[in-house]
Amino acid sequence: MGNTSDVNRRDVMKRAAALGLVAVPGMTALSSCASGGDDGNENKVEKGKKTKDNPLAVNKKAGLEVVIFNGGYGDQYAKDAEKIYAESYGKVKHAKTQKIRTKMQPRMVKGSPPDVINNSGAENMDIASLIDDKQVTDLGPLLDAPSLFDPSKTVRETLRPGTVEKGQFGSEKVYQLNYSYTVYGLWYSKSALEKLDVEYPKTWDEMLDVCAKAKKQGIEAWTYAGKHPYYLAFTMFAFIGKIGGADRLKAIDNLEPDAWEHDAVKQAFEAYAELQKKGYILKGSSGLDHIQSQTQWTKGNALFIPNGSWVENEAKQTTPDDFEMTVAPNPSLDSSDKMPFETVWAEASEPFMVPAKAKNVEGGLEFLRIMMGKESTKNFTELVSALTCVDGAADGLDLGPGLGSAKKVVEAAGDNILSPRHKDWYLQLHNEKVGGALASLMSGDIGPSEAMKRCQKATDEVRKDDAIKKYKR
Amino acid sequence: MANDVRTVDRKPTGPTPVKDEKRTGLGDYLLFALTLVLPPRYTPERVRYDRRYRTLDKYRFISWFLLVPLIIYAILVISPFFQAFYYSLTDWSGFSSDFNMVGLDNYSRMLEDDDFWASIRNSLLLLVVAPVITLGLGLFFAFMLQAGGRRKKSDAISGVTGAKFYKVVYFFPQVLSVAIIGVVWGAMFDPITGPINELLRTFGLGSLTQSWLANPDIAMFCVLFVMCWMFVGFYVVLFSAAMGSVPKDIYEAALLDGASRPTTFFRVTLPLIWDTVQTGWIYMGIQALDGFAVVHIMTINAGGPGNSTLVTPVYLYKKAFDVGQAGYATAVGVVLLIITMIFSGIMMLLSRRERIEF
Repeated sequence: MGNTSDVNRRDVMKRAAALGLVAVPGMTALSSCASGGDDGNENKVEKGKKTKDNPLAVNKKAGLEVVIFNGGYGDQYAKDAEKIYAESYGKVKHAKTQKIRTKMQPRMVKGSPPDVINNSGAENMDIASLIDDKQVTDLGPLLDAPSLFDPSKTVRETLRPGTVEKGQFGSEKVYQLNYSYTVYGLWYSKSALEKLDVEYPKTWDEMLDVCAKAKKQGIEAWTYAGKHPYYLAFTMFAFIGKIGGADRLKAIDNLEPDAWEHDAVKQAFEAYAELQKKGYILKGSSGLDHIQSQTQWTKGNALFIPNGSWVENEAKQTTPDDFEMTVAPNPSLDSSDKMPFETVWAEASEPFMVPAKAKNVEGGLEFLRIMMGKESTKNFTELVSALTCVDGAADGLDLGPGLGSAKKVVEAAGDNILSPRHKDWYLQLHNEKVGGALASLMSGDIGPSEAMKRCQKATDEVRKDDAIKKYKR
Repeated sequence: MANDVRTVDRKPTGPTPVKDEKRTGLGDYLLFALTLVLPPRYTPERVRYDRRYRTLDKYRFISWFLLVPLIIYAILVISPFFQAFYYSLTDWSGFSSDFNMVGLDNYSRMLEDDDFWASIRNSLLLLVVAPVITLGLGLFFAFMLQAGGRRKKSDAISGVTGAKFYKVVYFFPQVLSVAIIGVVWGAMFDPITGPINELLRTFGLGSLTQSWLANPDIAMFCVLFVMCWMFVGFYVVLFSAAMGSVPKDIYEAALLDGASRPTTFFRVTLPLIWDTVQTGWIYMGIQALDGFAVVHIMTINAGGPGNSTLVTPVYLYKKAFDVGQAGYATAVGVVLLIITMIFSGIMMLLSRRERIEF
């Protein structure tokens, strides 16, 4: 070979790059891996024989694969349900993860998903997009199958109101089963209020009085998860609904052009802004995350916190024994409210789905049927202190103070339960835009009218954005 | 004309131009290309007796050896770039293998997307400010460690006392994972129990306490601060190494001429390590353009309050995974790639200087 110095480094790099580029077109055939899935259904198992005990016709020889989100509820409750499944239908492969999206999305795209996914947590897969892409099984057969909770009814008939609707996305078909039941509201410590010698306020004026009284004792009454400001919506949405009627929330869900310009919204925003103006909000709340704010609250540095019924379990470690955690609806604004004080936002949560391309779809449905049976619902409530979506499943169980109060709140509300769909239909709009506006409102950066404007503007933008699928209710 | 002089000058050193060669046709080029992939014994006669055969043989030799790494490189590094361009032209949701081509729709949508522009503004701010601060501090600390100490009789220059210890301490953040840094600083900025506010209160500066990350005017500076904090150690070590390789006699000479420390720094050290600074600048710029982990973990609502800390990679992530618009997100990624390349190009042009050999 010639003298090496006449091929300098730069030349070699240039040529190498050129060669690399040439090689690329040849690769494309191989490298469509990100999207080149197997769309065929050849790998589905055969249906089993339909009998009275096996109404969904599960193939007893086919295995089942279940993936559980390992969050606040853990995965023991699912393991127990899997044992029941395994007794009649064969082996279950169990997996748990905190990163549902990272683990499951590639399998969805490849067309080889597990049979049941507990699509939950901060890292869940956007269910609306999945449904759009026909990746999710319609749970109709399951809902019409006989229930294991009350054999005289179908599964559909045993569910709490709102559960079926929560699984619907723009059609009659139900794609998600939300297993747990969450009550959102204003959480407080009964013993702390007793120490202050006050009752839980039923109107906003009373609320301001309680705050003033607390302030005299050096306590700023409210705190909230400022880093995740959509926590504020848990009480704010119910408040808006209470003042202006359930239609106000419907308008917000339907992205109507004047949804956020209504008087009910204005009054609710102004009421919350007053808390800020009068200094009734724990200083620094705007920079706390959910755990930090809950800890401030259980330590007694604040009286009220907007939260969901998972808080009892989540804050267990910092909660003093005599705390008497209780939930209540957001106070009424005044007597002209359209809905009574008891009105509350409660809904089924903790979504489960059966992927359309799962091998053993029937098995997946049957597993969910077992989960909603007597044994599993009882086990779930006892293990993780949360209600299930099965109506009456928690009756006669020994519930903690927080969960007990949540159950009472739901019972007291009766038909006055609000279930806005804003959060699961338009996640980004809800969490970031509306949440962001609420955050600025509560930290005093903007006033109520500016907050309304921001929410409306974000709503208008989403309505005009063709890339986002719209829903109506 | 001056130009003529240059051309004349250059002629003897450059490669001998091929002049009297008869024109090479397309067929010849194909034949040459074919030769490249054929084993040497099958080299066509016409090519073997061509005067350029020697060069060709050389490259054939090299490229056959590089074949395996080249293929791996092409699959793992180059092809994703092209895939990204392709996906940016689709409405792919990221959840299934079905999608449609939508042409340049994603790009035109971007033009009207306020959130996107907010993220670009923030990213560009980081791109300009973060390297200036980080490299400035890095240079200062490195110079102090290298030449900031009292003069000893035996040495022309020496670092401050405990220089070796400081070097380790500065490098410490580099050892931590970015995620941990985000969590730790999130706790530092905690308005109620966070050490920063605690410290301010202890010194009676309670009025200066802030809800650091919740204040839209300050939040971005908090992000900037954390990014500088986490990277400065690396540049201290990098620049220390570069300064260490500058011969001591140059410093000695400068000292004999009565140069002060600042003069020494600007007239001797900086020019001699300019190559390293330039590399560091590009590297830091790219890191600043990323900034994903810190923003995503530490800030309010990942990019808030409002859009005050939203950087482009975080926006991309949200579009791709929170709302299932992978096609649009890929288009954002392509724009980010272009910005990064423009930045590198500009930096290379600006900092082109004559290299000083020593």
